[in-house]
Amino acid sequence: MSRKDITSGNWAVAEAMRQINPDVVAAYPITPSTDIPMRFSEFVADGLVDTNLVTVESEHSAISACLAASVSGARVMTASSANGVALMHEIFPIAASYRAPIVFGLVNRSLGAPINIHCDHSDSMAERDSGWIHIYCEDGQEVYDTMIMGVRIAEHKDVLLPVFVCQDGFITSHCFEPVEFMEDDEVQAFIGERDPLFPLLDIDNPVAYGSLALTDYYFEIKRQQVEAMKHVERVYKEVAQEFAKKTGRDYPVVDTYRTDDADHIIVIMSSAAGAAKDTVDSLRERGHKVGCMRIRLFRPFPAAAIVDALKDARSIAVLDRAASLGAPAPLFTEIKGALYDAGIHIPTNTYVYGLGGRDFFPHNAEEAFMDLINNKMSPEERYLGLRE
Amino acid sequence: MSSLKGWKDLPLATTVPASTSEEVQTGQWRSMRPVWNEAECIHCLQCWVQCPDNSIKASPEGKMTGIEYFFCKGCGICAAVCPKKAIDMRPESEFIEQ
Repeated sequence: MSRKDITSGNWAVAEAMRQINPDVVAAYPITPSTDIPMRFSEFVADGLVDTNLVTVESEHSAISACLAASVSGARVMTASSANGVALMHEIFPIAASYRAPIVFGLVNRSLGAPINIHCDHSDSMAERDSGWIHIYCEDGQEVYDTMIMGVRIAEHKDVLLPVFVCQDGFITSHCFEPVEFMEDDEVQAFIGERDPLFPLLDIDNPVAYGSLALTDYYFEIKRQQVEAMKHVERVYKEVAQEFAKKTGRDYPVVDTYRTDDADHIIVIMSSAAGAAKDTVDSLRERGHKVGCMRIRLFRPFPAAAIVDALKDARSIAVLDRAASLGAPAPLFTEIKGALYDAGIHIPTNTYVYGLGGRDFFPHNAEEAFMDLINNKMSPEERYLGLRE
Repeated sequence: MSSLKGWKDLPLATTVPASTSEEVQTGQWRSMRPVWNEAECIHCLQCWVQCPDNSIKASPEGKMTGIEYFFCKGCGICAAVCPKKAIDMRPESEFIEQ
């Protein structure tokens, strides 16, 4: 059984959290993710969850409390955005290293300055080497589903890594749309109980976390994290397959749209894929063989699946909602690297779009497609929707 | 290096079994060594109370019996609190031969 309701991306996260009923949530509000802890705090106040909600004085404290609770053996969730995420940065690599399976609702928002509350991916892209799993969602349904799947992926014994479930600030987080919810008992049956590896509260088997490891052991511990990342894609697929069986909703690591026979493919992430897919349809009607690939799993980077979808294209446009100032944009760099390693050379353009929440319209996607179709290829970074 | 474990053999998540401080020879850090003059000692155990590293050995009857050099970092608190000046702080260089 399931029920459908009109809800926002943020409320979908909060509803998933209510059904997951985590042991601990420590959070500090920041636009546009504020709705998540705000709505969840109502569930706590109304006695609908058993969660210990820790209302802290900063994002740094929020993630620190989450980490401590997680290594104690608790199931832990939180949410944040932009500069809040940046303030948490110090603790992110520690959480990954402590193998704390925190599930994090990350609502993408531009990093200041200038102060801006709208969406781009500068906040989460800055965390791409922090050792967390990154999953980028296109809409509210996907956000809800990914929060639930995220618990299973993060807590899997071969993974044990924290996960960012990313959605676009305001565009997804505040847009109300139909979302199909599972029943509470279905969610509980799907996620099961957490079985922590070294819980600090297990006083019969005491351990110490975070000891000093200098030139002797630091390197080996990082290598263990690399190994954990290598297991993520397999575990992700197992969990997604089981989820699809229960709900009928299937989430491959990359979402391909009409790419099978496409000569020209746009690679994009999150909500902007909607406009890109619409543009694919309209250009197909005009006789152009175009397609769209949306990257859902960004860390670990699913290179093989990406290469498989792109390998027969004549040209590619990679659209980044974040710039890497002074270097090629992050997604573009990864795509190029994946193709190079596969021995495939396909001309690829790089575009930055949507910084600071600048709208991304179908005509922006069409501009990129027309560059490909008209063979206007070069390695220089281009900008969609920017005034000269 | 050869005695160090590889990444496959390390416990995960930066963890180490608790109580491992019992195996860590913090005495290696010592540059000044407290030397106990048993004849002067009145067994007031102020050194035992103040030692931050449980390095003053005492009997169940409440008598000081010596200093545990495996842990003693040579901080000198014992010598400073001793009312009878029964503990001398001596440079480790004097004990190199041992």
